[in-house]
Amino acid sequence: MSYTNQRIAYGNTLVELGKDNKNIVVLDADLSASTMGNMFAAEHPERHFEVGIAEANMVSIAAGLAQTGKIPFAGTFAVFMAGRAYDQIRQTISIGKLNVKLCGSSSGLSDFGDGATHQAIEDIALMRAIPNMTVISPADANETVQAVKAMAEMEGPCYLRLGRNDYENSTDANKKFVIGEPTVLKEGKEVVVFATGYMVSRALEAVKELEGKADVKVVNISTIKPMNSEKIADMVKDCKGVVTVEEHSVIGGLGGAIAEALCKSCKPIEFVGVKDKFGCSAHNHTELLEYFGLTKENIVKAITKMAQ
Amino acid sequence: MKYSKELIDELNVKAKKLRRYVIESVGVGMAGHMGGSNSSADIVTALYFYKMKYDPKNPKLVDRDRFLLSKGHVGILQYSALADAGFFPVEDLKKTKDLGFHLQGHPDFIKTPGIEAGTGSLGQGLSIGLGMALGLKLDDIKSKVYVLVGDGELNEGQIWEAAMAASNFKSDNLVAIVDHNKMQATGKLVDKMNPGDIVAKWKSFDWNVIEIDGHNMEEILTALDKADEVKDKPTVIIANTIKGKGISFMENVVSFHNGMLNEQTYAQAIKELS
Repeated sequence: MSYTNQRIAYGNTLVELGKDNKNIVVLDADLSASTMGNMFAAEHPERHFEVGIAEANMVSIAAGLAQTGKIPFAGTFAVFMAGRAYDQIRQTISIGKLNVKLCGSSSGLSDFGDGATHQAIEDIALMRAIPNMTVISPADANETVQAVKAMAEMEGPCYLRLGRNDYENSTDANKKFVIGEPTVLKEGKEVVVFATGYMVSRALEAVKELEGKADVKVVNISTIKPMNSEKIADMVKDCKGVVTVEEHSVIGGLGGAIAEALCKSCKPIEFVGVKDKFGCSAHNHTELLEYFGLTKENIVKAITKMAQ
Repeated sequence: MKYSKELIDELNVKAKKLRRYVIESVGVGMAGHMGGSNSSADIVTALYFYKMKYDPKNPKLVDRDRFLLSKGHVGILQYSALADAGFFPVEDLKKTKDLGFHLQGHPDFIKTPGIEAGTGSLGQGLSIGLGMALGLKLDDIKSKVYVLVGDGELNEGQIWEAAMAASNFKSDNLVAIVDHNKMQATGKLVDKMNPGDIVAKWKSFDWNVIEIDGHNMEEILTALDKADEVKDKPTVIIANTIKGKGISFMENVVSFHNGMLNEQTYAQAIKELS
């Protein structure tokens, strides 16, 4: 089934997986109507745990559930998951390599109205710095369905980063998600664009505008960690320059991960992301993305600069 | 008397043995968490050598009872119990904290057989234990989860998040034990951050509360057995203890929270535990 919202894709996919796999359990911290964990609660109430407004407790309970052979998916806003529950994620789940799946919902600037307190622009940086952690940031709802299935099959801690809003899919609904595999969405030679999450669709729009002007490869990086550094280096070897595009701080996110992977390649890199600033409230997502420069125009500019 | 004198004597001797293992594994001239180990030693002895079901040859036995040391800094005490129970050789204890060795400064779930979860960042063990209790209920496994919490650890907010959740979930297969030695790392609770009337606090969170002398073996066994009779409520045992119990110069001395012994004090400690 195809959806146009990552949260709905998450909720429905868990419902489906839960039908066959009785070990799947879902936890929420009074945000199940937003994470869409409530879909699972409606279908499999005995395996849904509402812990109230207590994210740290939720994550540690998930650790205990994993220790009894369950596959817990714990969900809350990305800012609370990666921030408030950081220590619990680090100490028990990651050191112990526990099979806990953490969903950071309404990530980036996608919770446009709520302002800086609710906008996670550093969650990728926090999560990918933790040993044993896998970090997944699907491009759209289609890829979210496949990613959630892949997470349920893999063993070990995993952070899933989702956006809040509806938008059209740019990936194939039936493509199996392979953790650690970058996907080339458009071939090209001059410039390579690495994008993640919602910004994949923006990057594709930008590249479309440059048709006939620049030959650009677009790569969807939906696994931030483990990063396939060899493959990334191989993808850029004939290009003039690289552009990274993300709805995250330019510090420590996709841009940082790509720069680490390419540090021996001597390719210039332009980062399109949030420039070391907290978010703020706005009336819609697009308005906020424009305010922070996460626009098609800025991606075009960055690509043009790298193509010279 | 519900328990035979032989059983009580045997357990008391075992507790003394564990205290000696702790001192021997810390040794001379190295810091170790001896104070809190000694206050918890009788409780841990009762759990491992009277109450809990487990198999040292099969640490992952599905219907084992689980013990979580939320006050993870006294890992050496749990290691002593695990070694004596046969999870790994007693000789390993002296290699605690050796580079690359399986016995870490705080319990490590992956490295050490018999450890149920990594603890050390205080305040998290009760939540982890609650998760296990919920998982066991889903599978209809009758095992119990025991979580040992320090009284200083009650400063951590997450303890009370777990306390609230456990009574909401009616987790009667979860037992918390508070080692109430009235001291924390840098001083007395009343001088640092006093959790106040902890019996009243746990009662107000709708737990079944049992208060005991945490060094009286018969009271410990009675409390652990009574916890089995309670339905639809988690149980907390408030164990009044003495930090450093069993070694005269260590009792109620805050510096032995993570203290060090010289040749003379080491010999004295071993003598008192022989």
